[in-house]
Amino acid sequence: MSGTQATVATSPTSAESQGGSVQRRRATRFDPNPAKAGWLTKIVLVLICALWLVPLVGTLVTSFRTLDDSNSTGWWTFLGHLGNLTTSNYHEAIVGSHFGRAFINTFAIALPATFIPILIAAFAAYAFTFMEFRGRDALFLTIVAMLVVPNYVAFVPILKIYGSLGMNGNFPAVWLAHIGFGMSLAIYILRNYMATLPKTVIESAKIDGASHFQTFFRLVLPMSVPALASFAIFQFLWVWNDFMTALVFIGPGENEPITLALTHLKGQLGQGWNLTTAGGFLSMVIPIAVFLALQRYFVRGLTAGAVKG
Amino acid sequence: MKILSALVTVLLGIGAALALYWVLNKLAELLPSKWEERIKPYFYILPAFAAVVLYLVYPAIQTIIASFQDSTSSAFVGLDNYRRLLSSQPFQQTLINTVLWIVLVPAITVILGLAIATLADRLKPGAEKVAKTVIFMPMAISMVGAATIWRFVYDSEPKGQTQIGILNAIATKLGSDPVAWLQQSNFHLNSLLLMVILLWAQVGFSMVLLSAAIKGVPVDTLEAARIDGANERQIFFQVVVPQILGTIITVFITVTIAVMKIFDIVYVTTNGNFNTNVVGNEFFNQLLTNFNNGAAAAIVVLLMLAVVPIMIYQVRHFRAEEANA
Repeated sequence: MSGTQATVATSPTSAESQGGSVQRRRATRFDPNPAKAGWLTKIVLVLICALWLVPLVGTLVTSFRTLDDSNSTGWWTFLGHLGNLTTSNYHEAIVGSHFGRAFINTFAIALPATFIPILIAAFAAYAFTFMEFRGRDALFLTIVAMLVVPNYVAFVPILKIYGSLGMNGNFPAVWLAHIGFGMSLAIYILRNYMATLPKTVIESAKIDGASHFQTFFRLVLPMSVPALASFAIFQFLWVWNDFMTALVFIGPGENEPITLALTHLKGQLGQGWNLTTAGGFLSMVIPIAVFLALQRYFVRGLTAGAVKG
Repeated sequence: MKILSALVTVLLGIGAALALYWVLNKLAELLPSKWEERIKPYFYILPAFAAVVLYLVYPAIQTIIASFQDSTSSAFVGLDNYRRLLSSQPFQQTLINTVLWIVLVPAITVILGLAIATLADRLKPGAEKVAKTVIFMPMAISMVGAATIWRFVYDSEPKGQTQIGILNAIATKLGSDPVAWLQQSNFHLNSLLLMVILLWAQVGFSMVLLSAAIKGVPVDTLEAARIDGANERQIFFQVVVPQILGTIITVFITVTIAVMKIFDIVYVTTNGNFNTNVVGNEFFNQLLTNFNNGAAAAIVVLLMLAVVPIMIYQVRHFRAEEANA
């Protein structure tokens, strides 16, 4: 059937290493090298990437233009007005609108709202994976089922509780909310990953007298780093960009995060497109940097097979 | 000063979380060892379970009760909220719009994500990384930021003036009058244009997960198929897709859930005007503009009812996966 040289490389190393795909030999007569992109693939991808970038580039350019320029001409004409480019939008967004304060607030919200749910979810996932107890499956299914309950339901009842505790407007109010909202997904991802860890290693640790606490911190947590990291990145991005939870539980003012501050920039000075674009870019810097720095974990953390053996 | 107080709060919060487990663990160890083994699992899942119960289960129950009460949650009114909502013309439109989002966005997100992941998988590693980064980048942008960005695409200026939105610049170049894109509710055009923003923002998420799954497909299965004479399309649909079906379903469900609660993108662009309203935005209108607790609660309950089939499917899917494992 296949008119190919017939050696079948099925050794485990070639199957899992990235390099294996490069050495893939001629496979079928329909496509001499299926692993390599043809020109059509390349053109399609370049087009898609261009489409994805156009809005971003437009905003970036506008953030350096004067208000008059951007109100009277399209951003794509900026090359004709190079002399008019300015950084004053950034200056004004930072100085004139408490943007720095909002930036710090976002950090103060996002760091604990990322770290704490991961810790809590990791403990729960450990119990669900490696411990035997009555009602385990029912409890786990309850949590997974909550994955599909919309966050809205929480706003009114929790506002009331927070109101009676005087917690509205404080950081812990949003942390706890994000812990609750992110918990189902975190446990789901982490448990799925932990289920792929070699059970024998955990059992031999037990035989050697390690407590659950030790096994968790010394063995399971380090072995789960890819899954922890990939959930951490998603949770961080979600919390960083969250608008709704912050609007409800913190609201405008002293503790407002960037997403709320950005909406004021628009209203301020009536016509603040330029300020919003500059502010928008400032708010994107951190998440994009986090993603670029940690993106290799996505692949490793979300393909459970990565830790086999 | 601000930095310092924020830092202290952050450290206190994280420290408290760590301390909680240390204390729980110590408590369990104080018990006789037979009890320790029995109690410990519950201690380990207690904080997680408490968070889910407090932030999802309890509010869900409260909301169901409030949906049968009046606007200030002081007297029971039976099914009035539902009757009023479901018979109101604008809310019916809102429901139709939301259904449109739920039907279109998750499917397109998965298909586009899968297509891009598959194509990018064939590039050289360097080029693949660049392409995937570009597509993923909007994930790092808040909906508020995205709405700002897309204003430069959809903007419309009066006829005769220079167009600063790129779509109208193209349209006027081609000789047509400028179109106020986000006000065109014929065939839900404006809703579709708002969906484009969400797709732009979310396809990266789906692509990253699906790409990871595609790379996890064992190479020997692909080679076996090739040796048996399968072409690339057959390999994709009959070898790759079945093996990544779990991820496809996960992505689909995750995006569906995200789309059901979609709110910010509508709020910051049209605020539901021009027949673009969705359930999430209407919830906020009722709650924060109309101060009608009952109606807001009823909207959420309707949403939860719509979610039930997904929930059942999710649980079944999970059970099936467990059975296979």
